[in-house]
Amino acid sequence: MSSLLSQLVVGLINGSFYALLSLGLAIIFGLLNVINFAHGALYMLGAFVAWGLLHYAGIGYWPALVISPIVVGLLGIVLERTLLQRLYRLDPLYNLLLTFGLALIIQGLFQIEFGSSGEAYEIPQPLKDYSLELGFMTLPAYRAWAMISSLVVYLATWYVTERTKLGSYLRAATENPGLVQAFGVNVPRMVTVTYGLGVALAAFAGVLDAPNVQVSPAMGADRIIVVFAVVVIGGMGSIMGAIVTGWGLGVVEGISKVVYPAASDTVVFALMALVLLVRPAGLFGKAP
Amino acid sequence: MLRHLPKRIADRSMVVTLCAAALCSAACKKDPPKVVIGVLSDMSGLYADLAGKGSVVAAQMAVDDFGGTVAGMPVEVISADHQNKPDVGSSVVREWYDTKNVDVIVDVPTSSVALAVSSVTQDKNKVFLGSGPGSSDLTGAKCSPNTIHWTYDTWALANATGREIVKNGGDTWFFLTADYAFGAALQRDVTKVVEASGGKVLGEAKHQINATDFSSLLLQAQNSKAKIVGLANAGGDTINSIKQAAQFGIVSKGQKLASLLVFISDINALGLETAQGLTLSEAFYWDRDDQTRAWAQKFAAKHNGAMPTMVQAGVYSSVLHYLKAVAELKSAKDGKAVVAKMEAMPTDDPLFGKGTIDANGRKRHSMYVYEVKTPAESKAKWDYYKLIREVPADQAFRAPADSGCPLIKK
Repeated sequence: MSSLLSQLVVGLINGSFYALLSLGLAIIFGLLNVINFAHGALYMLGAFVAWGLLHYAGIGYWPALVISPIVVGLLGIVLERTLLQRLYRLDPLYNLLLTFGLALIIQGLFQIEFGSSGEAYEIPQPLKDYSLELGFMTLPAYRAWAMISSLVVYLATWYVTERTKLGSYLRAATENPGLVQAFGVNVPRMVTVTYGLGVALAAFAGVLDAPNVQVSPAMGADRIIVVFAVVVIGGMGSIMGAIVTGWGLGVVEGISKVVYPAASDTVVFALMALVLLVRPAGLFGKAP
Repeated sequence: MLRHLPKRIADRSMVVTLCAAALCSAACKKDPPKVVIGVLSDMSGLYADLAGKGSVVAAQMAVDDFGGTVAGMPVEVISADHQNKPDVGSSVVREWYDTKNVDVIVDVPTSSVALAVSSVTQDKNKVFLGSGPGSSDLTGAKCSPNTIHWTYDTWALANATGREIVKNGGDTWFFLTADYAFGAALQRDVTKVVEASGGKVLGEAKHQINATDFSSLLLQAQNSKAKIVGLANAGGDTINSIKQAAQFGIVSKGQKLASLLVFISDINALGLETAQGLTLSEAFYWDRDDQTRAWAQKFAAKHNGAMPTMVQAGVYSSVLHYLKAVAELKSAKDGKAVVAKMEAMPTDDPLFGKGTIDANGRKRHSMYVYEVKTPAESKAKWDYYKLIREVPADQAFRAPADSGCPLIKK
């Protein structure tokens, strides 16, 4: 029983993380119709910027949590302006290939500079020395913080897209960009900002994860595959879908580790196949 | 009409001659004989720092130190990435043997790839010198007259690190095991050592190669109440397991980590703050004596300042000994003959000292059990180990008679 409970907690923590990464992907897909294959590389970049801030400038974790998403988000805006924007008129496949290529280039450059083992990033104070005794397990305080802060971030994202004027423009532009443009809204600029925001979310996840795993060039490539499955199951472009599915899959994965450990690595993909068969648009997606 | 016939025939024969000449310029022209060394490694994945480009540097250093030629033939070093996938590895190796005239393949971390390479090498009668792989099956049930397993193996790790930990009271174990040939072999070999000294294995949790999150496996290890959590994985997987074990309070709550295969590149990546106090074994440490230090400085200068791992040192040592054998035979063409010659000659180089090679292809030298220094004890970057004990060559590796290798006549 205690092992089931502890795997559930770990599942929730992993799930919150899946949700955070798939949130950025969903936002970008929703407005840009771009499957952002560079998401994993930008998440890695977020972690490396945090490491670099500490290593070269002595700037610690807490400021990095804000600075790194801004830096990487700006880079995202540059990428969107200079590269992605040129391909919107073509088949979405071209942007998929472009972002995939970008991911390989970014990862390759970091591999040359930092090697495959990467760099260690310590858990920040005051969380480092604390852990919560839950009776059935010891929960490191940092993991609890990571879960809560990602919860706050996606609640905020949901609020912005669903309850503000900016969000309503955004949703309208997703439906019919031409019409929104006719009302005098600068759609291309909104697209650029949205891409920057989605990328910033990836970088935020990177900083959040840096103390948990070794900060290494391949960290994004390893994680992004599951996250893509989350987005597909949740429904491409659905923010609520990304959040709910992220948590759900984390928990399913956790339970499978107790019930039948050998399946835990594949259960996510088995579910994806199942969902695609039954509801091709995903659990929360709208059929085209 | 008839008048033209001879000319026609002459034309035709001319064409035939020209064709033959053209074909011949491709096939008949003999390349001057040379010896080609193929370094097959993980160039971009989780084992790239412990082998990878550093192994290519080490192989080239061995060739340069040998003089660049052997028995009058120039020596060439080529390399490729096997991506830790047996199918990719064996297709590269086939292409190398069939079209690139490769004579010997060195390094090959990742046991599953190494086992595939060993089998292709035997089919083609070439030579495979494994420095990177761990599975003791390479010189056990799956031994080959064309393969020498050079630097370390899972039996030696179990015998060195495993025995040391059991000796210090670690009698109940839980394994975190990488789910492929290497992890399985390491767990099996350590289990034998633990059980032979009256200890017990309480459970295991397997993970795929290149996992990122170990928290749920670590919780299972914690719940097992075993005294020792044995890490039967390597490279990036070991780094993340150790890091996350510290986070989940495995050590602070009284369990001890047994890092069964750790390389100096892993310690460098983890940092001493996290790695201090770990017990581990290595066949080579750059700071062991004047000779190893001198070689390591030369290596580091060519490899972005990174000190060599035992795998990279093993690549140097194995290439050097290979070239000595080829020089004696004056040919590299018959793989079996080269390996037999290598086994007949005692080994001697500045990195591993004097050694021998058993008939099952197992290279024999000392293994060393080290403890990782605390940040206060370490005086410089890469000053990471203090020696606990040396396991002499005759005890460091499995006796050939116990290996189960069909090449050993009982």
